[in-house]
Amino acid sequence: MSAPPKQFRYIGKHRRTKEDPRFVTGTGSFVADVQLPGMKHVALVASPHPSARICAIRIDAAMALPGVIAVVTGAEYCAATESHLVGVDAPAVRRYALANDVVRYAGEWVAAVVAESRALAEDAAELVEVNYEPLPFVMDPEKAVTPNAPLVHPTHGSNVIFQRTFSWGPVEQRFREADHQLKFRARWARSATVPIETFGVVANWHRATGILDVWASIQMPKFPDQIARSLRLPGNAVRVHFDVDVGGSYGVKRGIKHTVLTGYLAMKLGVPVRLIEDRLENMRGGDMHGPDRIFDMQVAFDRDGTIRGLKIRALDDVGAYAGRSPLQLGKPVGAICGPYQIDAIEYEPISVLTNKTAQEAVRGFGQAPTNYALELTIDRVAAFLKQDRIAIRRRNLIRAEQFPYLIPSGTTYDSGDYHTVLTKALDAAGYEALIAKRDALRRAGNLAGIGIATCLEPSGGNSSFEPLFNPKNDTTTWMDSCLVRVDLSGAITGVMNTSTAGQGHETLVSTVLGEVLERDPNTIRVVHADSLNALPSNSPVGSRMAIMLGGAAAGAARKIKDALIVIAAHNLGVAASEIVYADGNCSVGRDATKRLTWDQLVEIAHRKFHKLPAGLEPGLQAKFVWEVPTGGALPTAEGRIQMYPCFSFEAHVVLVEIDALTAQPRILKYTCGHDCGVMISPDIVHGMTYGGIAHGIGAALYEKFAFTDDGQLSSGTFMDYLMPSAHEVPSLAIADHCTPSPLTTFGQKGSGEAGYLGAPAALASAINDALSPLATSIESLPMTRLALFEKIEAARHHKGIA
Amino acid sequence: MHHITLKVNGVTRSGEVNARTTLVDFLRDTLRLTGTHVGCEHGICGACSVLLDGEPVRSCLIFAVQVEGQSVTTVEGLAKPDGSMSVLQDSFCETHGLQCGYCTSGMLIAAHALLASNATPSEHAIRDAIGGNLCRCTGYQQIVEAIQLAAKRRAGGER
Repeated sequence: MSAPPKQFRYIGKHRRTKEDPRFVTGTGSFVADVQLPGMKHVALVASPHPSARICAIRIDAAMALPGVIAVVTGAEYCAATESHLVGVDAPAVRRYALANDVVRYAGEWVAAVVAESRALAEDAAELVEVNYEPLPFVMDPEKAVTPNAPLVHPTHGSNVIFQRTFSWGPVEQRFREADHQLKFRARWARSATVPIETFGVVANWHRATGILDVWASIQMPKFPDQIARSLRLPGNAVRVHFDVDVGGSYGVKRGIKHTVLTGYLAMKLGVPVRLIEDRLENMRGGDMHGPDRIFDMQVAFDRDGTIRGLKIRALDDVGAYAGRSPLQLGKPVGAICGPYQIDAIEYEPISVLTNKTAQEAVRGFGQAPTNYALELTIDRVAAFLKQDRIAIRRRNLIRAEQFPYLIPSGTTYDSGDYHTVLTKALDAAGYEALIAKRDALRRAGNLAGIGIATCLEPSGGNSSFEPLFNPKNDTTTWMDSCLVRVDLSGAITGVMNTSTAGQGHETLVSTVLGEVLERDPNTIRVVHADSLNALPSNSPVGSRMAIMLGGAAAGAARKIKDALIVIAAHNLGVAASEIVYADGNCSVGRDATKRLTWDQLVEIAHRKFHKLPAGLEPGLQAKFVWEVPTGGALPTAEGRIQMYPCFSFEAHVVLVEIDALTAQPRILKYTCGHDCGVMISPDIVHGMTYGGIAHGIGAALYEKFAFTDDGQLSSGTFMDYLMPSAHEVPSLAIADHCTPSPLTTFGQKGSGEAGYLGAPAALASAINDALSPLATSIESLPMTRLALFEKIEAARHHKGIA
Repeated sequence: MHHITLKVNGVTRSGEVNARTTLVDFLRDTLRLTGTHVGCEHGICGACSVLLDGEPVRSCLIFAVQVEGQSVTTVEGLAKPDGSMSVLQDSFCETHGLQCGYCTSGMLIAAHALLASNATPSEHAIRDAIGGNLCRCTGYQQIVEAIQLAAKRRAGGER
């Protein structure tokens, strides 16, 4: 289906967002803009060693500096707070904001200094003297799993924090029967989304009321609960203000340790306290690095290109501590075969501790690396068989008529039309002309290649990887909510229950409320609750808000609409079924004389109890809490589980040229076919897709948190951690397609991770196509200029054409 | 402490600053003009861009004492005299040339400076002008579109 199934009034239309005006006028409210009277500032003392015993900490000189209020170290802090939650069953991997006794990575926080200004706090931090006894450390995850490796957490007894082998379908049989097998290794480097705003938090403790107020730049499920738990407070003692504008996140703004520490300091000192990371603190000790994976891939396939089976071993380096990071190996279970018909798969995720900065959630929650490995596999099968990469994909892609489609790991894909989206992408890219251009570049002596990637974006996050990866965790709901109020003036307000980091949730909610209630979205206000008056939310992770917040807003709006119809029927003396609702007004059939307007109905609801039908609450408000579609089940013993409910699809087509002299790759043309069902706000969906592609370009070509052999982060600034600018990101073209989801309110699917889930795979495909005349290839990210230069030089020497 | 006087968004402002206080900290903490944002504090990301005597500069790389007597324009100073959005600001809203809004003030400053010197910039010139400003949300596409739209509207006589 190439068009939405029904005509919408506001959904799918261009409309300005509710959020943009405050940002273009410089009047957003970011955490660093929060100014409280008497607020004090935190600077951090960080470990220079990747592994060491803390022998002594001397704070006298720091405390003696005028303006310094406190220096807190791990001994005090760890005794007064609880360890943060670990996503897998590894209770000995304890984690606090400040190290106690030992440090486990270079950059780990050892002490916090509170002073009248940030500058003074930094001065004092330099005066804190820490004596360390260096200890053995391990930086290579493959060495970390060997028997005699230094243990990052000796009480855990191993550097492996999670390992399991799943086998779904007749894997060994498929490998025996298939005509061919291939195996190879692929490397996804440690990178992250690196928002331009670092993480920040302001906390203020009201001793009289016993409430800790928190303003933080966060995107974190169950954030208030975790803060309260670690501070040994009841949940209703922590009030997180969700109306803070978050300056980008894309997964990484988790901030548990920052907030527990700042909350502790505010409670201890009785003053408002602010911690805003500087860039080095953010890069080194902000605990926001993404997946860092070694894939060992095996594929069994027939000579006609049919993929018969896969074996995937994914070893992920989570660094020195773990929160939800090991679960990033879990989400790909729900799309483990990608968009392909592969019914026998073995998957061995291994999560490994090393002496690196801790890993955190990054856009896609582990799916982008897996998609990259899958797409490399498809391309290698094509190369082996000397068949066209598109033909191999077409042979294996799930066909439109096969949906709903059950994959071997237990997830059912809701809907899709992958072949059509791929066709649209190829047409939009002008594929034949693209080939001609590539070939012309090659004839002129350049390296040039076309990349193809067809990838899934699981959406509507339900966190089913929690019970899958931790039998002690039987979480089966991951709801979200919306409260809708119509006030006496007839104005509509939607209340959402989480913070926003640029995804345009206020626009989403107002569009949905406007659609259902048939009122102009521009007149609808959307506000963010604080955590003490909020309905349940699991935050905007897992590409879930169009589905979950959109669904909740629609549910609440329908309740309002139903109430209005009931009031009208009661007052017009007819059955509710006879009422026609249009633009908020209610009439009996088309009879304009028997009609109550929106304003009249609202006034009855608010002021005229005598005109309300029995049993109806006065006022006009409704809440709706929505469970993730398909949710509610625990995994089977074999580890089969319905992971996310909805599956968006993207087909990337890209032409890349590699400079003959410098080996600098240059993207000449980029097209993405995209199907995320019904788009509620096309401008927002397109924007996130463009941004996701840019993130993918960074991960593929430039970005890496590199560590030296002696354990130091060597890319802690924007001079060494290179992010694509407007020069590196080309003009991007998107070809839209719409296959509605049967599971959601309007047919929408998620799109928050769009682009990122396929761009690295597409660029790897293009680069390898460009390298193919030299009979060399690259399966390691980032494919930097230097890495390409070395590959090309080695290949030319090998061929004797240096 | 040093006493400095400068013009900010057309208004004469003064304050007491430490020699080591950066211009961005002075704007944000002393003058409470929080529309200018701090991103990297080492001159790469461009989030802190302001106009100094009309030229875009990184306010994280300039000390406040260095701008004594000069004229600074921040994002708060880009609106029309009546306080409504400039054509450029309005165009960013029209094309959704932003998402989280954090880099936006720097982008607007860079684009404003571009359009002041080049009324009909090519896409290449636009990318060049914002090439020193990092954005992690948009992939730059809708920012480029916003600047193209603003140039077109200004060419059509809008001010």
